[in-house]
Amino acid sequence: MTYDKNLVVSASPHDRTVKSVRSIMLDVIIALIPALIASVVFFGPRALIIEAVAVGSCVLAEYISRKIMKRSSTIGDLSAVITGLLLAFNLPVTIPIWMVVIGSIVAIVVVKQMFGGIGQNFVNPAIGGRIVLLASFPTAMSAWTKPMSWSMSNLSGVTSASPLASIHEMTADGGSVDVSLLDMLIGNRAGCIGETCAIALLIGGIYLVARKVIKPTIPLCYIGTVAVIMLIAGKGSLSFVAYELLGGGLMLGAIFMATDYTTSPITFKGKIIFAVGCGILTSLIRLFGNLPEGVSYSIIIMNILVPLIENITLPKPFGTKKEKKEADKV
Amino acid sequence: MAEKKSLRKEFSKGIILENPVLRLVLGTCPTLATTTSVSSAIGMGISASIVLICSNIVISALRKVIPQKVRIPAYIVIIASFVTIVQMLVKAFVPVLDEQLGVYLPLIVVNCIILGRAEAFASKNGVLASAVDGLGMGIGFTAALFLISSIREILGAGTFLSGIGGLIGNDFDGFSVPFLNDNPMLIFVLAPGGFFVFGIVMALANKIAESKGKPKAELKGCEACPMAASCSIRETQDSCDNKKEADK
Repeated sequence: MTYDKNLVVSASPHDRTVKSVRSIMLDVIIALIPALIASVVFFGPRALIIEAVAVGSCVLAEYISRKIMKRSSTIGDLSAVITGLLLAFNLPVTIPIWMVVIGSIVAIVVVKQMFGGIGQNFVNPAIGGRIVLLASFPTAMSAWTKPMSWSMSNLSGVTSASPLASIHEMTADGGSVDVSLLDMLIGNRAGCIGETCAIALLIGGIYLVARKVIKPTIPLCYIGTVAVIMLIAGKGSLSFVAYELLGGGLMLGAIFMATDYTTSPITFKGKIIFAVGCGILTSLIRLFGNLPEGVSYSIIIMNILVPLIENITLPKPFGTKKEKKEADKV
Repeated sequence: MAEKKSLRKEFSKGIILENPVLRLVLGTCPTLATTTSVSSAIGMGISASIVLICSNIVISALRKVIPQKVRIPAYIVIIASFVTIVQMLVKAFVPVLDEQLGVYLPLIVVNCIILGRAEAFASKNGVLASAVDGLGMGIGFTAALFLISSIREILGAGTFLSGIGGLIGNDFDGFSVPFLNDNPMLIFVLAPGGFFVFGIVMALANKIAESKGKPKAELKGCEACPMAASCSIRETQDSCDNKKEADK
């Protein structure tokens, strides 16, 4: 017996999407591939090893922790793969492999599974893992390497200062930055392995927007806020703004980590508040903080504020009265 | 015989089932602050235990004399006297500990465990039972601090019992853990690691208590919270609940 699909009467919802968690996650992985290629080009095969270890240990940690907690396995939805990739993108190429494993375990077990698994994590797991590593091993996490300096005999490459650190020194001393803006754009600069190539990250971001996986609200507001504040702080110097936008993990954070569904607001208004908050915090940490970089801390702080943002931007159903007045009457 | 058995019960309940830190969730602030190293945690545990036992005895002895309405100031005066004595003794005999604990030593005055036991136990029970209760709670407090600080020091500094020599008066300087000593996970001696270890150990104590048929130490919702009257989260919670009921 066959049905004409258009004639079947069923309960709502009627407009179903073919998207699933898995297909969305697959889209994000595709969007991350350009940055992955860039990371291997600039930082060599060791970057690939770090990425493989991070992805592998994230998936394994997810599988084992779900098993121990006697829950159904969720490794098929590929979210752990993305956590692993994003975590690896946030690490310097010289980091010892066992630290990568610790970061992955923290990200998956502590941040994600202990709070109930996918959709329940209170902050972005990859950022959680990165921050634990950053607070635990500050030296290993801020050992920057000159790009393209690796060879088969020396996989780690030559150490250098992060351009974001040197641009802050430049504003202090009046010296110059040794990385050109074009190099910043294509990613030929020191930094974490996945954050340097702005073009690759932008391509990924455009792909995600085109596939309607993310809305452009958060990345645009986030980057825009940082641009405005840096324009004021740099006394109108456009090159300072450009260095600040392309430097550090801003692109990676704004496009891939601040837009995480679980830890960003749902409403348009909420998204704007969230993204502007991220931008203000990032700028404040960069300009006045002890750390050269503030993207991960600002995103994690705003992640924690998301429930409050959701609360004040709760849409009012059409035709209902304001709730407060009702409460006052009672 | 019955008397003896209940005394043993008063003593043993403080160690796990009603552990002040892990099950009653009292004294959280000194717990987090002094568990960065095992030696300061032991020092804190012992100092607080001495004050707890002494104040329990005195408050219990005076429980019929102290008027109900001014009992809290009276308790504080008694506790503060013992804290002053302990502080002077520590300064005189183990100045190293005084340096390690810093402000947390005089702050024992407002330690919730001591005031909590005074209010919940010593003011209602006899001198002997109160002394035993104080001893059990003190041992439970010290044991919890020891456990939390061991995890934090080993993972966060790669040492164990570092600086203990200053407390016991010789130059033994603890053990150093291979590998972790060179690569300590600093986050464990920082505040976030403290909260994390505290939570994990608390979960463990809950699990043990549960296996002995005791209920979990659960938050009892907004009613148990002293801030309930002025709390905004509660209002939204209530309006949500009202809405749900209205929908029904």
